[in-house]
Amino acid sequence: MAVTQSKKASVLADLDAVRSMIRRHKFNDLVFAGIGLIALMIGLLTLLTLFVDLVMDGYPRFNLQFFSDFPSRRAGSAGLLSAWVGSILVMAVTFLSAVPVGVAAGLYLEEYAPKNWFSDLIEINVSNLAGVPSIIYGLLALGLFVYGLDLGQSILTAGLTLGLLILPTVIVSTREAIRGIPVAIREAAYAVGATKWQVVSDHVVKYSQGGILTGVIIGMSRAIGETAPIITIGALTFIAFLPPAPVTDVAPFLNFEWLNSAFTVLPIQMFNWLSRPDHAFHINAAATGAIIILVTLLMNGTAIYLRYKIRKNIKW
Amino acid sequence: MVNTSTPIKAESKDLNFYYSNGHQALKSVSMPIYENKITALIGPSGCGKSTFLRCFNRMHDLYPGNKYEGQIIMHPDNTNILADGVDPIEVRMRISMVFQKPNPFPKTIFENVAYGLRVRDEKNNRVVADKVEEALKGASLWNEVKDRLNDLAFNLSGGQQQRLCIARALATDPEIMLFDEPTSALDPIATANIEELMNELRGKLTILVVTHNMQQAARISDCTAYMYLGEMMEYGDTDTIFTRPVRKETEDYITGKFG
Amino acid sequence: MLNNLTELSISPRLAKNIRRNVKERVIEFILMMAALSAVFTTFAIVAILLYESFGFFETVSLVEFFTGTVWTPLFEDAHYGIMPLIAGTLTTSFVALAVAVPVGTIAAIYLSEFASHKTREITKPVLELLVGVPTIAFGYFALLFVTPLLQIIYPDLPGFNMLSAGLVMGVMIVPYIASVAEDAMRAVPMSMREGSYAMGATRFQTALRVVTPAATSGIVAAYILAVSRAVGETMVVAVAAGQQPTLTFDPTEGAATITAYIVQVAMGDLPHASIGYQSIFAAGLVLFAMTLTFNLIGHVVRKKYREQY
Repeated sequence: MAVTQSKKASVLADLDAVRSMIRRHKFNDLVFAGIGLIALMIGLLTLLTLFVDLVMDGYPRFNLQFFSDFPSRRAGSAGLLSAWVGSILVMAVTFLSAVPVGVAAGLYLEEYAPKNWFSDLIEINVSNLAGVPSIIYGLLALGLFVYGLDLGQSILTAGLTLGLLILPTVIVSTREAIRGIPVAIREAAYAVGATKWQVVSDHVVKYSQGGILTGVIIGMSRAIGETAPIITIGALTFIAFLPPAPVTDVAPFLNFEWLNSAFTVLPIQMFNWLSRPDHAFHINAAATGAIIILVTLLMNGTAIYLRYKIRKNIKW
Repeated sequence: MVNTSTPIKAESKDLNFYYSNGHQALKSVSMPIYENKITALIGPSGCGKSTFLRCFNRMHDLYPGNKYEGQIIMHPDNTNILADGVDPIEVRMRISMVFQKPNPFPKTIFENVAYGLRVRDEKNNRVVADKVEEALKGASLWNEVKDRLNDLAFNLSGGQQQRLCIARALATDPEIMLFDEPTSALDPIATANIEELMNELRGKLTILVVTHNMQQAARISDCTAYMYLGEMMEYGDTDTIFTRPVRKETEDYITGKFG
Repeated sequence: MLNNLTELSISPRLAKNIRRNVKERVIEFILMMAALSAVFTTFAIVAILLYESFGFFETVSLVEFFTGTVWTPLFEDAHYGIMPLIAGTLTTSFVALAVAVPVGTIAAIYLSEFASHKTREITKPVLELLVGVPTIAFGYFALLFVTPLLQIIYPDLPGFNMLSAGLVMGVMIVPYIASVAEDAMRAVPMSMREGSYAMGATRFQTALRVVTPAATSGIVAAYILAVSRAVGETMVVAVAAGQQPTLTFDPTEGAATITAYIVQVAMGDLPHASIGYQSIFAAGLVLFAMTLTFNLIGHVVRKKYREQY
């Protein structure tokens, strides 16, 4: 007991020493906080540098002609026309293939699937697919779509490939959105005699629209910038023509030949220009890069904002 | 038990406390903490006893928006540990705490007890080893763990984990030790062990203990304070409080009429 | 007779119910097929890779494939040792992780233990934006910004080198590590932090001595998932690291990775079913096996920490 007493006295006597130790420790805290902030900012700074670099390098090409010209052998008169048209058409196929399938799969997993080995199998596959490198999807498409199903190096092939690539994103975001809906709403619908599908289509899908949309936008923005799988299916990179127009002036006014057309897309065009030794083409690549980044940032920004709004507005 | 000659280790003076949501959890609480005595805080849940306890090592500072008003004076240096200029870390170096649920770190038994010393930059391994042994003996755990000091603390039973947390708090020679319902997560045998341990610490250490178990308060404490709705209803010798409470509310609570 | 009975017993209302039931069943079947598309895709990937690789391994022995040190499937004098491509893949990944592991971990600790609620609210979306930037843009950045910058310091650095590709890839991976590791740290119960603070520890001491060890399995999972990302990353290395399969672990040299090789071959005009065509599937199979292994380990480790608390 006497020992404890004397020790206590010594803590008091050392109060000054303790205080200077605390000061030292808190200085370490401050140093680490500084380093942590820098670590956190490295990504943002890189993104900023990258964007500014692209804008400055590509500055000479920011004019309307750049968007209305076909690629050319002369860097100064080469443009993005076939690339941006191609990107839009490929994205249309991706959207139309990935969204219905992804949402349906998400609905099945959340609303229908019994919790057993079967749903586990599907779940494991979805999370595994999310981690498969995009270039592997390219190989799948090359073997399956291009040669196996003989779809060729077409807009349809590219769109379906990217559709498969973003499928996990759509499925996961659909499931998350659905999970947020309380059981009470479902029960209310069942209580008035709705069938399962009526509950799902009238209520579940409706209330989870925002969340699904968020996932779809993030997936589409990823697809728009994807390069590797498109290269892998062997898409030509010098395309100085446009696919046949989807809309015609003769009945039935719709034309699906464009699906089989050869094409190029924005990131492929950028890669093409970037891999040329002639520096004049690098300017085109930079301008294209700036445009791609701007588009994807806008899309992702919209998605993040949308999600933020949804989270804030949920009242249940 | 406590008489006028017993020195006061700390005292709270008109202590108000507000949580960040504006709720006032303590209303003008004043009471002494006598040196080397065990003071028990009792009262129904939500009465503010844990809130009061956690003021003593400034635990509330970990969460933004909480606010203290009033003072807690530490003796003999007369420091108001709630003052803005006083670093909460300094307060915690002097006053240690044992929590409701055992919260050992994901470390070995030895390193758990040595934690406070490591945090205090104690580099001398001889000193650390001695202090760890002393603290484990003080927490009646030494004989059970001396052969497996390098085992992970998670492998101990719940009661052993709680005694390990007591050893961890003891190892830094605190001036006051706070116990926040230390046995509420334990089975009866482990509870009996902890109570026995606290009885051994009685007279050697200033202890402030929150308990919802009145028998426990009666068994282990020298002084008892009854709190209700953030206010200190009655404070006195444990014997007096439990045999001749002054206030009707205290009597009702102690006799189990409510709470 | 029986037929008659059923006809008799079905009232119009019940008939409607049966139609309704059939419709429900059909819908459920369609939805299930959509969900199964994930299984089909995995199956198709494995099947295609195996099928095309099978043709490849009819010509090339497994021993040569895994032990050979020269990779020139498209040359007259063809060699099929995958080692150079694996070396390139590992080297660029190593450089990337050398950047991403410390930066990502520090960022995670900062986000989880130091940052205010507001800082977190602002920073996390920014990290997400970074993840969304197309990798081709980072390829441009590595080739035409980082490499020239590095050449100021090392004038001997070739235009195509694994160092700048790896560094840029590292920055790309930081958000992945930061977000998974932060997740793990925030799963550490508050009571453990309180235990540390109650002993007089500072934020940094608590983060370093208690939270980080408690979150180890989650942090390790973050690293493993990051390795998988780095190994599978394509455009940065295809643009900036070089196209020449070279057996080297020196990041200041240029060398092709598995992914860069696939891109390089796919850009050319290769006849279907030729050995060169098959070789990209064999390379792809190795890549798929590597990423699958890392992903599975990562998920298992991650699941472990989720169960821990």
